[in-house]
Amino acid sequence: MDFNLSREHQLVRKMMAEFTENEVKPIAAETDKTSQYPRENIEKLFDLGVMGMCVPKEYGGAGADPLASAICIEELSKQCASTGDIVATHNGLCCDPIITHGTEAQKAKYLPMLTKGHKVGAFCLTESDAGSDAAKGQTEAKLDGDHYVLNGSKIFITNGYVADVFVVFAMTDKTKGTRGISAFIVESSFPGFSVGKHEEKMGLHGSPTAEIVFTDCIVPKENLLGQEGKGFKIAMQTLDGGRIGIAAQALGIAEGAMEEAMAYTKGRVQFGKPISKFQNTQFTFADMAMRSEAGRLLTYQAAVLKGEGKRFTKEAAMAKLFCSEHAMQTTTKALQMFGGYGYTKDYPLERMMRDAKITEIYEGTSEIQRVVISGNIGL
Amino acid sequence: MSNFNSADIAAFKDVWVFCEQREGKLMPTDFELISKGRDLADELGVNLCGLLLGGEGIESAAKELGGYGADKVLVCEHPLLAVYNTDAYAKVICDVIEDLKPEAFLIGATNIGRDLGPRCAARLHTGLCADCTHLDVDVANYIQFLRESSTLDVDSQKWDMEDRNLKMTRPAFGGHLMATIICPRFRPCMATVRPGVMKKNAFDQAKADACEIVKPAFELSESDLNTEVVEVVKAAKKLVDLIGADYIVSVGRGISKDVEGGIKLAEELADVLGGVVGGSRATIDSGWLSADHQVGQTGKTVHPKVYIALGISGAIQHKAGMQDSECIIAVNKNDTAPIFEIADYGICGDLFKVTPMLIEAIKAAKAAK
Amino acid sequence: MKIIVCVKQVPDTSGKVAVNPDGTLNRASMQTITNPDDMNAVEAALKLKDATGCKVMVVTMGPPPAAGMLRELMAMGADEGVLVSAREFGGSDTYATSQILAAAISTIGVEEDDIVMCGRQAIDGDTAQVGPQIAEKLHLPQVTYAADIQKDGNTITVKRMLEDGYMTIKVKTPCLITCIKELNNPRYMSIDGIYATYNKPLETFDYEKLKDHPLIDATTIGLKGSPTNIFKSFTPPQKGAGKMLEGAGKETCEELASILAAKHII
Repeated sequence: MDFNLSREHQLVRKMMAEFTENEVKPIAAETDKTSQYPRENIEKLFDLGVMGMCVPKEYGGAGADPLASAICIEELSKQCASTGDIVATHNGLCCDPIITHGTEAQKAKYLPMLTKGHKVGAFCLTESDAGSDAAKGQTEAKLDGDHYVLNGSKIFITNGYVADVFVVFAMTDKTKGTRGISAFIVESSFPGFSVGKHEEKMGLHGSPTAEIVFTDCIVPKENLLGQEGKGFKIAMQTLDGGRIGIAAQALGIAEGAMEEAMAYTKGRVQFGKPISKFQNTQFTFADMAMRSEAGRLLTYQAAVLKGEGKRFTKEAAMAKLFCSEHAMQTTTKALQMFGGYGYTKDYPLERMMRDAKITEIYEGTSEIQRVVISGNIGL
Repeated sequence: MSNFNSADIAAFKDVWVFCEQREGKLMPTDFELISKGRDLADELGVNLCGLLLGGEGIESAAKELGGYGADKVLVCEHPLLAVYNTDAYAKVICDVIEDLKPEAFLIGATNIGRDLGPRCAARLHTGLCADCTHLDVDVANYIQFLRESSTLDVDSQKWDMEDRNLKMTRPAFGGHLMATIICPRFRPCMATVRPGVMKKNAFDQAKADACEIVKPAFELSESDLNTEVVEVVKAAKKLVDLIGADYIVSVGRGISKDVEGGIKLAEELADVLGGVVGGSRATIDSGWLSADHQVGQTGKTVHPKVYIALGISGAIQHKAGMQDSECIIAVNKNDTAPIFEIADYGICGDLFKVTPMLIEAIKAAKAAK
Repeated sequence: MKIIVCVKQVPDTSGKVAVNPDGTLNRASMQTITNPDDMNAVEAALKLKDATGCKVMVVTMGPPPAAGMLRELMAMGADEGVLVSAREFGGSDTYATSQILAAAISTIGVEEDDIVMCGRQAIDGDTAQVGPQIAEKLHLPQVTYAADIQKDGNTITVKRMLEDGYMTIKVKTPCLITCIKELNNPRYMSIDGIYATYNKPLETFDYEKLKDHPLIDATTIGLKGSPTNIFKSFTPPQKGAGKMLEGAGKETCEELASILAAKHII
């Protein structure tokens, strides 16, 4: 057992940390304030090969492993969880299922678009009445000659109004429940595709969330991803992997909040000494550091298992659950250390705290993670 | 010059100063170096010579150097020397040095001096100390300097009071450390000297009149030049003369919440004092002020009468460029900002609130005089 | 055509700098970085590579861990690295360093259409001497303080910065150019580059490799071959704390103004 990062992973971290410091940090507050999609930075992340980094070389990626992708998301999220989210969704929820389940033709067409082609990807599963219970989806796909016709709408779609390529789940046979779900690759240019309401959220303001509406949307038959009726399995597998990304994002938020608080408490003098010198502060940091370490080990373990092609469902759920709760707890406590300043927008803590909350909700709520974990420990 | 051997130390004599000219005009650094060179020449008991290269007619600028202490000025006139060119200048200077063998050779650490110095030192096979801020020959003087400017316990050290090496002191590691460099085995001992650091002597017309002009022989032709200067462009924008300013109002990261407003306040305060605006590295790196405003280790070293730091935390790199100011005033929100450790007067407060009041107070105080 | 870029690994002086009790720098406690101006030189070379497809080699003199820096530069896009490293080279001043680097560069070989690039100066010593001294040792023309570089065939046009403006200088290859931060913004390593870097060639030039080069002998390299020596090194004393004025209001400002007026400072 080797807990050291490989030399490539160390370079990935260094590169992403430098990028985050120089490019992401300076605009993070403005991105949040104006709810602007950080387009320039996402373009730069395409140029640097971060977007779609796990795509094999022959399809335009770098052939990086899930651990490298997790490290990137973690570093970005230290300063801007929205940017981390965009990358996590693109890499984990769009590229990944196409790499894993796509036909040769699908991979040859879509993966180069999602890497060198600078096209952003998204994932459409959630519906208004089908959140945690995905089998209740109402979006339908009917085969009509050489194409499917999709009808229905999906909500809370990350990258919704900026993405070009969507992995979409729809019922090809409503009578079969989860066995009636199929997956499709849908382009935003397909007839009948439209973007609905842009969500106004508590946090993650830079991450573009929208409703996606399919109105007699024509999807070529060859865009069926995997087999008909196997969509639920693809969705669950994809979400397993996606959870590693959210774990990494949450971990990054926690680490970022702790770094900010460390710097602040060293400079803030009250009662004649920096507040970092009070044991109460120090013990809080000790707990934060310990939990970050534990969360990192859980997250990296899940990523490594995924990279080795082993089962990682339980590990990913544990990592996601642990890190998201750690992020919420750490941002709350770090904000407290800033006192009144922490509650203002002069400091990034209130943003970090708002951003942290979603990690306990999306890609499987904390409750669902407990369902997954308890289902995988032999009860 | 087959008989030139930089290791034959006994053959070298006199202190030389390279006198840089741009468009036929001497640079302020020249007078600073001549003034310092005078001290060194006196300590060594030798002559001080200026070395002036330029186009036809540059000789007319030479006598002025005598007014600051040069015993003589070596003038090399040639059309190819009118505008600085590394190859031409290095050739002429090295040839003249090989002929006349000075023991010390000072060059202003300007962008030109720092291009020329290392090229010459490499050709002459001698040592060069870059960007010096202090020079001594006399050991007693050097010990006195250490007493004032270092944390060394000079009394517990052994000193060779007869040591005649040029002791060249310069900052290293971003000003965290000072190093005194010697070049004991080769001559000439060369140094580039930071502009604005050495104090200029008062001009003495009688000495200027007495200054001897010498025109050493040299050869130079087009074939010696490997680069072509197509044009020389003066910066269109008004450059900030930080080095010559008596009053400097500098801004730092503290203006970030209203950059334009912060700079405007600094300008107003500078106007009231008759000074100029400077900035910390953060303000230059963020593009708030142009690079010629930068005070600090990587910018300019200044010693104005009054240096007012608005919203500057006082990183060591910044302090390195301004801590020798005669009076330092700091305004900063953070009462633990390191700038207060070196400030003569500190006000803990918001620069956006304090500065307007300070402007009014200084106006009133000046009016009352 | 190839571009040889000289780079140096330096302690990061922008962070906290630790000084040992004897006045020397505690290097072990400091982070190392690639010297900032050298990054601009690497970027300039990579831009020319983007435009012309030429080869970019990065060369450094330093202890074995400096190889890690070369890998990072190759992850940015440089094609090959050379680490010049030997006990015999230790303690070199700028003269001796440029002697060794010039020997290494001439061992690599400088062809008609090649360019050697350096950063203007390193942040540990701030000397700006090694570039011009390598140029002299290799008999190459030099252009320092480059803020813009345009290449047209064998002619390079450089915007060379002065304190009060700039010169436009034309020079033919082969030549040496030193670069400043105004020249460009260095790129980041790329993910593709990171996964490729450990497969790129990295050669170590040790003393054995260079010892027969005419520029290398005991009188020109290392501590003994260095014309300059450190006579003393010391830390500057901190200036004592001054007076913290009470308050930050109108009265405080008036108090300060009257002190300055009384001392004839204003």
